[in-house]
Formats: sequence, structure tokens, C-alpha cells
Amino acid sequence: MEIDRLDGRKANQLRPLACSRNILNRAHGSASWTQGDTKVLVAVYGPKAGTKKNENPEKACIEVIWKPKSGQIGKLEREYEMIVKRTLQSICILNINPNTTTSVIVQVINDDGALLPCAINAACAALVDAGIPLKHLAVAICCCLADSGYIILDPTKLEEQSMKAYAYLVFPNSILSVRPEGSLKVQGEPREHGVITSGTQGAMSVDDYLNCLERGRAATAKMSTVLRRNLQPQIASELSKAG
Amino acid sequence: MGLPDAPGDLSSEVDVDAFRRLFPLRFYERHLTESIRPDGRPLGRARDTTIALGAVASAEGSALAKIGSTTMLAAIKMEVMTPSMDSPDEGCIAIDFHMPPICSPIVRPGRPAEIAPVVSKQLSDTISSSGMINLKELSLVSGKAAWMAYLDIYCLDADGALFDAALLSAVAAFSHLQIPAVSLNDDGKIVVVSEENGGKLEKDAVNKERMKLTLKSIPFSLTCVLHKNYILADPTAEEESIMETVVTVVLDSSSQLVSLYKPGGPVLAYTSAIQDCVALTRQRMKELQKILDEANSGMEVD
Repeated sequence: MEIDRLDGRKANQLRPLACSRNILNRAHGSASWTQGDTKVLVAVYGPKAGTKKNENPEKACIEVIWKPKSGQIGKLEREYEMIVKRTLQSICILNINPNTTTSVIVQVINDDGALLPCAINAACAALVDAGIPLKHLAVAICCCLADSGYIILDPTKLEEQSMKAYAYLVFPNSILSVRPEGSLKVQGEPREHGVITSGTQGAMSVDDYLNCLERGRAATAKMSTVLRRNLQPQIASELSKAG
Repeated sequence: MGLPDAPGDLSSEVDVDAFRRLFPLRFYERHLTESIRPDGRPLGRARDTTIALGAVASAEGSALAKIGSTTMLAAIKMEVMTPSMDSPDEGCIAIDFHMPPICSPIVRPGRPAEIAPVVSKQLSDTISSSGMINLKELSLVSGKAAWMAYLDIYCLDADGALFDAALLSAVAAFSHLQIPAVSLNDDGKIVVVSEENGGKLEKDAVNKERMKLTLKSIPFSLTCVLHKNYILADPTAEEESIMETVVTVVLDSSSQLVSLYKPGGPVLAYTSAIQDCVALTRQRMKELQKILDEANSGMEVD
């Protein structure tokens, strides 16, 4: 049942991840996130005073501006903006800076599949870099489903187009806990198993979707350790500088 | 949502309406513990749904769908176009979702609603993912002419579950759609055969009579709001704004999952909650299928 992938990866194998932070001088926080040939650059400005119309001024407001690699923004980009915005809202602590707006600018540098998950990962790292208070991190993954019901992770653009269906999923990162029982449990499931954001393209059976969830959870657990390792040393050195 | 929740004692002192405005979340939570919603529905029940077919006389297919007071008017205009080189024997569907200022107090004139392009994109994704319409059926002459179906959906009243109502109206409009009869004239152009001179051109007719599309695996959707452990089916606009986590499940008639859409939100969806939402959608699908069948059989009698 193994599927040969064009780039020789195994089904569960992700493309090489790379994340660098604090790469833009003027932005309050910035990060670039690379998954194989997909690369996204995110800048965070804020919190700035005041909220936009139709936003609740008693909470911090997040605005997301999506810049495609080329061309004007269309419906697809609007949808991405909305999904990234709602996802970031759910991980930020919005009560800390009420009546402020934080702008998150997402610049696509290259799209080779799994673009939205890549953008969410990048935005999350940029928010950390900007020092925006977060409840936890979000880790995003794209699962692709072949006709035979076989699931591959982190597809390239070509795989995305040739497969029957794909789902992008965002989970909270796993928490390091000093308590012996480990992470918090909600309804008998560890907290990091809850879905923050989900979107699908193409028809699949419900069981296939649940399989995708399971694979996604396993992969994001690994990704969150990568993310954590990437974020921690810089924080430590910044602290020592400040101290 | 706004003010911090006050101690419960206040609820016995203030007027119900004042309490609802001041502490909307608490107001809802008090209902939820009794397994009822302020409008008298149990948690898992959707609002009354109606479909009226043929609401727009000038369009080839149209429908007015109402879920509670959320109202959507969908109309399809057919036009002949030259198909693209990549798919010479396929027609095309263009979907647009409009939210004019009359639909909701938060939509202002001159400024398009933020959510409108998102719903529009979701609709075209869902309709293409479900494979409801065989685009080959929209072909007239391979490589030369095909149908372009312009589906426009107008939101007349936005009271929550916009996507559900929009999808229902779109599906109903497609089931009502009658493709006009066309024929090839001497210049090799496609002309629409009008009712009167229909017989004259018959030998060149490309499709001889008005025909209907065969719809396979019709998608039906249900939006649920998650709050703590509660799942509220088919939320109103008030419920959507107070409890912000929305999950939309789309299943088609062969029980395939066409879309599971959850754009963020403070509540995390665990496997059990997802399965509950899917189960609620299965139930709702049967209701909607029945309503659609009734609307269609009503048209045939006329």
C-alpha cells in the first residue's frame, strides 16, 4: 500500500523545516518559515492603539493582511486572511491589551503546497518574536488523501493537485509540564489533540478524516518540539542580555 | 462577551432583557444548563426551513431558501461561452455571494462585508468538491461552445448559519435549473431557440429541448456552535457572535464528508465533538433532502 512520492519521501515524512526569526529590522516581530520549497515571511506590527470598526474594543484586535507572491488578492486570499485571523485570535490572550490592533502581514515568497499551514506556523513564530502574549502555540499541518485511502503528510503543490482530497489542520502545541501526569486532559483527550482550525478540499469519508486527524496529531507533536527548540535558545539569550 | 460576568445574584434583581444585554454569555449558559435555547429550540434542532423554487422569473433557475429568518435568494443565468483549451468539453460555473446592506446592521453601504468573499469561496469549493454537477453536461459542441452558469446568491437577511442557507439555496436553484434549448445557426453560432420558432430550426438543434441537470451526491451542510461541552446546531447571528467557535460540516447524499470547516475559535474541537457534529449533520441531511424533494415535486405538479 506504500505510495511512491516523487521526491522520495515516506508517507509520514515532512519536508525539511526551517524557521528564522527577527529578520526584518523595522517590524516589531518577524519570522520566515520554510517547508521544502514553500516559504512564507510574516511581519507583526503592534499592538497599535485603537480597533477597527465592527471589532470589540474591549479586546485586542488582530488584523491579517495576505500578500500573494504575485497578482492581486482574490477570494482565496480573503479566505486565508480570515482563517489565519481567527486562528491567531484563538491562541492570543486578547484581554491583555484591549482596544489595540496588531497587524500581521503574511508575504508568500514561494508556494509549493501546504501554503496555509506554512503561513500559520510562520505567523505563530512571528507573534512570539513580537512578544504578543499567547496562550499556547499553534502548529499547522496539511494531510493529503490518495484515492486508496492512503494518507501522506505535508504534500507538495503537485501532490495537492493530483490527490483526491486534502485537509489542513491546526492543533495546539504540546505542553511541557512538571506535573507527573503530563498535559491537561479535556474530555479524556490530551489538550493538544483538540482541533483549532480545520479545512478540507475534496470529498472523503468521515473515517478518512478521523485518520487524517490522528496522523496530523502525531506529526504536529514532533513539529511543536522543533518549534519550541527554535524559539527557546533565543529567548534565553535575550533574557541574559536584558538581565 | 463584553463585560466580565457578574455574580449570579444579579440575575434575580434585573429585568430579563437587561440581563440578556449586559451578560449575554451568562444568559445563554443559564439556558444551556436546562438544555434549551432562548428561542425555545433544543440544542440539536435546526430552525424551520423552507424552499421556494422559481422565485426569479427572468433566471433559468432560482430558489429562495429560508432557515429561520436567514434568507437567501439564488438565481442562475446561463450563457454560451467558448470552453477553455484545457477542458474543451466542459462547461463552467461562476459563483458569487452578495451581502447587500439590507441583510444585517453590520454591513454598511459602500463597504463590502468581510465575510462575503469567504462564503463565496467556500460555496464554490463545496460545489466542486462534492461533484454534484457534471461539468461535461454543460458542454454543447466540444471545443466550440459550452454553458457558463452564473450563480448569484443574495443574502436578504443574515441571521446566522449563512453558509448553510446559501448552499441550500444554491442546490435548490440547480435542481430547478432548466437549460434552454439552443441550436446552431448558419454562421456556426449558437442561438437560443425561443418558444415560438422552436420547430423551424429543429434540424440544427444542439440540444433539442429544455433539459435539467442530473444532480448526483447533493451536498447538505449544518453549522454548529461549540461552547464548553455544548453543541448548538444552526446558530442564530446572536449565538454566533456570543459563542465564537463555529464548525460547519458538509456531507453529501452518499455520506461522504465534503467539508469540515472550523476557522479557529476559542473552543478546541475534540474527536467526540467532531463525531457529534457529523451525526447532527446526518440527521439534518435527511430533513433537508425531504424539504428539497417536496419543493421539487410541488413544482412538477404545477
